[in-house]
Amino acid sequence: MTTITLADAPLLNAILARADDALVHAHRLSEWCGHAPMLEEDLALANVALDLLGQARALYQYASEIEGVGRTEDDYAYLRDAPGFRNLLLLEQPKGDFALTIARLFLHSAFLHPWWQAAMRSKDPTLAAIAAKAEKEVAYHLRHSAEWMIRLGDGTAESHARAADALDRLWRFTGEFFVRSESDSALIAAGVLPDPEAIRPVWEATVTRVLAEATLERPKDGWMHQGGRHGVHTEHLGHMLATMQHLQRAYPGATW
Amino acid sequence: MYTQALNQKDTAPAEAEDPVRLARFEARVAAEDKVEPNDWMPAAYRRTLTRQISQHAHSEIVGMLPEGNWITRAPSLRRKAALLAKVQDEGGHGLYLYAAAETLGTSREALVEQLLSGKAKYSSIFNYPTLSWADIGAIGWLVDGAAIMNQIPLCRTSFGPYARAMVRICKEESFHQRQGYEIMLTLCRGTAQQKAMAQDALDRWWWPSLMMFGPPDAESAHTDQSMRWKIKRFTNDALRQQFVDATVPQGHYLGLTFPDPALRFNDATKHWEFGAIDWGEFRQVLAGNGPCNRERIEARRAAHAEGAWVREAALAHAAKRRARQAAQKLAAE
Repeated sequence: MTTITLADAPLLNAILARADDALVHAHRLSEWCGHAPMLEEDLALANVALDLLGQARALYQYASEIEGVGRTEDDYAYLRDAPGFRNLLLLEQPKGDFALTIARLFLHSAFLHPWWQAAMRSKDPTLAAIAAKAEKEVAYHLRHSAEWMIRLGDGTAESHARAADALDRLWRFTGEFFVRSESDSALIAAGVLPDPEAIRPVWEATVTRVLAEATLERPKDGWMHQGGRHGVHTEHLGHMLATMQHLQRAYPGATW
Repeated sequence: MYTQALNQKDTAPAEAEDPVRLARFEARVAAEDKVEPNDWMPAAYRRTLTRQISQHAHSEIVGMLPEGNWITRAPSLRRKAALLAKVQDEGGHGLYLYAAAETLGTSREALVEQLLSGKAKYSSIFNYPTLSWADIGAIGWLVDGAAIMNQIPLCRTSFGPYARAMVRICKEESFHQRQGYEIMLTLCRGTAQQKAMAQDALDRWWWPSLMMFGPPDAESAHTDQSMRWKIKRFTNDALRQQFVDATVPQGHYLGLTFPDPALRFNDATKHWEFGAIDWGEFRQVLAGNGPCNRERIEARRAAHAEGAWVREAALAHAAKRRARQAAQKLAAE
């Protein structure tokens, strides 16, 4: 089997969406390895990538349990093509400069941290347990990226301009944080998944506070792109998967 | 790998040291007392150690690149996580080592500048490319294995901060070495294609790993003094032999063949005898003509240059913050 087709189950979809977010974001962060502006930041970005990869693995393992057909975490990561991936468009955008990487990490962590906090109260005990671990890690990611937003925004004229440009480029993908599908709605009503609308005020407050301290303007809410959750991605994901999956594709069925 | 730093010519003019202090220093070192940053030390000792520790640090940093090359392509999530953690450890080792070097009175910035300008060297091994996933296994098994052979004795080196850094580093390196060997084992127990991949990696990494111990003792410029000062505890050839003796049985257990027709076990000496190392290749790599010398240094220079605006922003922000705090304090008084 070189490509997997998934059962369409609401909880499976929801868990895979979060797992794919973490995997794809970890991939982008790991592209910095050995290339960061300073050694401390090489370590920090690798550290965040490693946390996210750990979250992806925990979620894929849970997805495997839900699906119950004996798939491994690697089947999900390596044997789905782009239309099978459900990650947010924001997280697949190219690495860009340091400001873009930091702005992406900040915008997403400001959403993900309260999301995991809410997920700790999930009626689903496995999700609640994964959330309890992930929440602590994402609190660190949020602090790290918020501090850098402030340093860059309130640093030099160049760093301010780059931070503003990064926000401007990425803002159009932030609306996707709050999209809820029909199948999510049932899980939200059942107390299994957090309601993204309930997260919005927390996200707004964090973004407003940090951008104010960073002397950066909040971009205007214009058109918001979406599609990642349905497997309709930007052109970037295909290239990422070609890189990520090539060994599994070239040597199908091998154990590594 | 880091003995290479000890084989460079010290071009500084020999200074006349105070004979009383020198004698006291040498007696201390002979008694296995640790030398600490505030202690008197001969200028040549300070210079040799600064060179060795900083080159060791540079090696950790440049060494992130060949392995980092496979993070986005690691064939399973478990291997990817282990590789990311390993490369992160190496960055951490670089940090400890720069801190240890700084206790000798040179700043990290100055040392990094020497790396980027090509004035300082790093281990020859990182100038070889990682061409397949098996190379990640081979690096863990052979390169980290060779590094450990070198570094275990450095845990007892005479300069305290270096010795203490090595204790921490060796623990992590041993773990990486086992992970690397486990990658090789998985490949060798896998499909025929995977086994061929592992064999190809051994073929390409074996001789460069042996070169990590530096030139033969007969040609080693600094061994005598470094041994007397207990910076170095075993000669290059002794460590190389120890590495070969430990590694050959591991390779045979994998079912792999070493790319050395002269390799044979000597029953009388109980050592593995091996063929001649291509020192011409070694000299070319040290001279900058290895397969990746240019790419490695270009990657470090690019990271440094492209990161300049980030470092400037951090400094500017810190200055603004200090100024605001000072103004607040003034207003409150």
